[in-house]
Amino acid sequence: MSSPARDVHATSEAPNSFVRRYIFSSDHKVVGLQYFFLALTAVTIGILLSLLMRFHLVWPAAHLPFVAGGIMEPEQYLALVTMHGTLMVFFVLTVAPQSAFGNYFLPIQIGAPDMAFPKLNMLSFWLTFTAFLCMIAAFCVRGGAPISGWTAYPPLTGLGEITGPGEGPGQTLWIVSILIFCFASLLGSVNFIATVIDMRAPGMTMMRMPLTVWAWLVTAILTLLAFSVLLAGGILLLLDRSAGTSFFLPAGLVVNGELQSRSGGSPLLWQHLFWFFGHPEVYIAILPGMGAISHILANFSRKPVFGYRVMAATLCAIGFLGFLIWGHHMFVSGMNPYSGLAFSLLTLSIGVPSAVKTFNWLGTLWGGKIQFHSPMLFAIGFVSFFVTGGLSGIFLAQPALDATLHATYYVVGHFHLVMGVASIFGIFAATYYWFPKMFGRMMNETLAKLHFWLTFAGAYCIFMPMHFVGIAGGIRRYADWTGANYLAALQPLHRFMTVAAFITAAAQIIFFCNLFRSLAKGARAPANPWNATTLEWITTSPPPFDNFGGRYPRVYRGPYEYSVPGASQDFLPQNLSAEEIARDKDSQDAG
Amino acid sequence: MPDSRLTQLAELNGAGGAGNGGASSGNGHGGNGPFDGGLIPQRTYVTGMMVALGAIAMFFVALASASIVRKGLAADWQPFELPRILWLNTLLLVASSVTLAHARRRFLAQQFEEFRHWWRVTAILGVFFLVGQVIAWWRLASSGVFLSTSPDSSFFYVFTVAHGLHLLGGTAGLLAVVRSSPGPMLRKTATEVVALYWHCMTALWLGVFLFLVATK
Amino acid sequence: MRLSRLSFTDAFERIKFHRRLADDRGSAVPSVLLAVLLAALVAVTVYIFAARIYGPPAAITSLGLRIDRQYDLTLYVTGVAFILAQLGLGYAILRFRDRGQRAHFTRGSTIAEVLWTSVTIVAFVGLGIAGSKAWAEMRFTPASRDSVQVEVTTTQFVYTFRYPGADGKFGRLDASLVNAPAGNPLGLDPNDALGRDDVVVPILTVPVNRPVELLLRSQDVIHNFFVRELRLQQDAVPGMVIPIHFTADRIGRYEIVCTQLCGLGHYKMHSFMDVVSESDYEQFLKRQAALQ
Repeated sequence: MSSPARDVHATSEAPNSFVRRYIFSSDHKVVGLQYFFLALTAVTIGILLSLLMRFHLVWPAAHLPFVAGGIMEPEQYLALVTMHGTLMVFFVLTVAPQSAFGNYFLPIQIGAPDMAFPKLNMLSFWLTFTAFLCMIAAFCVRGGAPISGWTAYPPLTGLGEITGPGEGPGQTLWIVSILIFCFASLLGSVNFIATVIDMRAPGMTMMRMPLTVWAWLVTAILTLLAFSVLLAGGILLLLDRSAGTSFFLPAGLVVNGELQSRSGGSPLLWQHLFWFFGHPEVYIAILPGMGAISHILANFSRKPVFGYRVMAATLCAIGFLGFLIWGHHMFVSGMNPYSGLAFSLLTLSIGVPSAVKTFNWLGTLWGGKIQFHSPMLFAIGFVSFFVTGGLSGIFLAQPALDATLHATYYVVGHFHLVMGVASIFGIFAATYYWFPKMFGRMMNETLAKLHFWLTFAGAYCIFMPMHFVGIAGGIRRYADWTGANYLAALQPLHRFMTVAAFITAAAQIIFFCNLFRSLAKGARAPANPWNATTLEWITTSPPPFDNFGGRYPRVYRGPYEYSVPGASQDFLPQNLSAEEIARDKDSQDAG
Repeated sequence: MPDSRLTQLAELNGAGGAGNGGASSGNGHGGNGPFDGGLIPQRTYVTGMMVALGAIAMFFVALASASIVRKGLAADWQPFELPRILWLNTLLLVASSVTLAHARRRFLAQQFEEFRHWWRVTAILGVFFLVGQVIAWWRLASSGVFLSTSPDSSFFYVFTVAHGLHLLGGTAGLLAVVRSSPGPMLRKTATEVVALYWHCMTALWLGVFLFLVATK
Repeated sequence: MRLSRLSFTDAFERIKFHRRLADDRGSAVPSVLLAVLLAALVAVTVYIFAARIYGPPAAITSLGLRIDRQYDLTLYVTGVAFILAQLGLGYAILRFRDRGQRAHFTRGSTIAEVLWTSVTIVAFVGLGIAGSKAWAEMRFTPASRDSVQVEVTTTQFVYTFRYPGADGKFGRLDASLVNAPAGNPLGLDPNDALGRDDVVVPILTVPVNRPVELLLRSQDVIHNFFVRELRLQQDAVPGMVIPIHFTADRIGRYEIVCTQLCGLGHYKMHSFMDVVSESDYEQFLKRQAALQ
């Protein structure tokens, strides 16, 4: 009991002024919550955009709210496509799992008082927020938001307004926003990595870290390497647009009847740079979810994670292989077909650690004592979506099959299931799981379950049919089905998906109601509502300003000691020493 | 009081060792996070800098591979004569790394006056390098080679400006250290981090320069 | 309570809380409902794939048939994995729901890890190797020398097809001469004799049962050439000429669509490919030659 950590009582207090405490705060918990609410804002906008898109696809002639002129023009549809993708990928799937939950829980889970560089952390958030404003501003400029999709392939994006509406100031703002976002993410990842390396509590060896921490660490490394490449590529694209260079623009372009004076650049170069970032980005979105899911499955199965070391190793393997497979986005781009083959085999081999993770999740459930609280339901949902979306990726990983399925709704269904819905289920699971810790109150379980059933069934009803549309040749990013004759036959499926999308979106209102109601009126949360083992549960809910009230933990055991034979209760917190367990057992026996 | 707390945390974090427990950002709690007051173990700043250098390296590797690919594709690669002054600049930067290493040695030998002297010399050499780079750009521009003139010139400007901005940051760091409040313990980490960054920027310039010369 | 070092209020809150959770836990509803949903997912998905309710039209090349076989093989392998994983998940949550039992303590099993790692390596990489033959046939081999050559030029938002004419050679193109309103959408150089007999048309016509080589190029942004019946997609990238080849074995009209986002008219960028008999093809060439 007398380790130095526990005798340290005096710690600095939270600042008193509102601005310093809640707005320009460098407390990792406040920064984490700021990211969380930023992601909630972005996801709300993203969902609204997708509903407008779904509505337009089915009833193109109908008058719509929020749409200038009432009836949506093709360029407005494409602007929605672009902004939906960008907001979701960058400001939701990158921000929520890593920046929000990572910021809040990584330091606590390793027993640290804060991130390594608190002020840098604050700077990261405010830069991200600036990037967000910059992105939203793209809606408001002449020509509107860009129409080039979240991948922004030049020459469409490299020449300015001549290639289409939205390619003027809107596209410029888009690139500037992405550059700021890259910089903010790089700062954030430096912080994450340094924190994990240097700020661990005594006894917290790498192999005792919760899998969430492993996932955040690997994600931070991916962020560091991937976003620096996007930063470089983005600068070159911006120069092509504004300084007349031709990194990505070849000679002899005739756009809209006008000959462009560029020379010798390569559009494929952008695709390589973009996807060198873009593919790891997929894992940046999903890895933290995988970590949280492993954590939650063990907690509510009352069992250790099956194959902890393998789980940590597969996170690293996925992170490493994730950098070698960007070319599978470019099978039909005109890339060398031999590299296509290599990328194909590497892509299929990343399926191996992913499948091993799935087996280990099943192994964690197997023989457990499964408790179906809402975080657990979402975690199981994650596994189901990850399996479905992952397996549909096996088709796309083969270039011969990709030559049919590429750029169809099959791809849209695939990545929404595996990277969108699965990641979002990871975020929901994390929210329901950690809400008591973050806000000191419980969420309403009945509403949470209702939210789960509707979202689980609804998401499958939206994204499974997309696969069928894609197999039949339905092309993505089409504003209208009238362009090609055979597309009309796929309209019934589109109607089904649109109805499912509206129902699923409505179900999210339940989530928001539950969230905000619980913030104000939820039942008081105890420190450890789930009988969990990791360090975030040994402190109060919410944690004090310095996380542990001056009593810094020492770590004696691995993170998932559930149902250990011989122990008096079915969970052993990480900070419990062997003597304490023995003493506790004695007192139990005596009593 | 604060001191005992610091030592305890340093011990707790395994960052023990004499002279490592000093506050990093001045006295008292200047910030508004729980541990802005300097409870972060000192070696973390070095770790953070190393990680950041990894990102910087990746950024330049991306540019270099873009340049190689772009050159492989282009029929319009028009090489231009690199300004001679770049050789002089290279020499200045290498010299700055040497003086910096010397300053660090003086610092560790606790000869703080000499340390300040050599540290300032390093900063001045850095400023000279930056001025030299500006002269190089100006020479090129006056001979009609601009950013958008050819892929070769585009990459030249992108590389040199990107490196220049990084070095500008390094120079600011150097100046911040000599201007910061007294207390040798405080500056041990700061000098270490800035020196690490500066040496890496010198190495980066050598890499960039070699790359520019080699891809002519 | 000492175990997790909580204060008394905490302990009290926790007892209240766990009583509530215990009520919740006793119910079998979530596990049964979730298992039923998973089973329904498997049933519906398997039915839709097995009954082939949605799919592309029949392939018109031998390569297309080969791709379809690879698709089927992949469908079987992933289908089995899908069924086993989803039903296994459903079974686990039914079987191991909290009925007050003690969880079976295990940290993992090396044998199991080795087993499922090797099975997935064989399955996934095996599929990749099996599928690489179709890819090789599609892309590694050049078109045969006697192929009918057609150049495909894409612009926002039209396809233009050019045949080399009687001399079998394409004339020179010059980007500065492009002038669609004046009838020269490709920028054909009028001074180049090779180009005088070139045939420029908006719809692709190819002979049946003869190898065809398409040369894809683009004038402005990246477009794509996709015909479902050929099982073939290829981007047309400005600055590059990308060859693709096929031999269509069924006469008919097939739709060409653009699958690479190319601007606001992307959705309506399409054309047709007519596969015609050898004699019809000769007729087509003659008629067009007279028109040019």
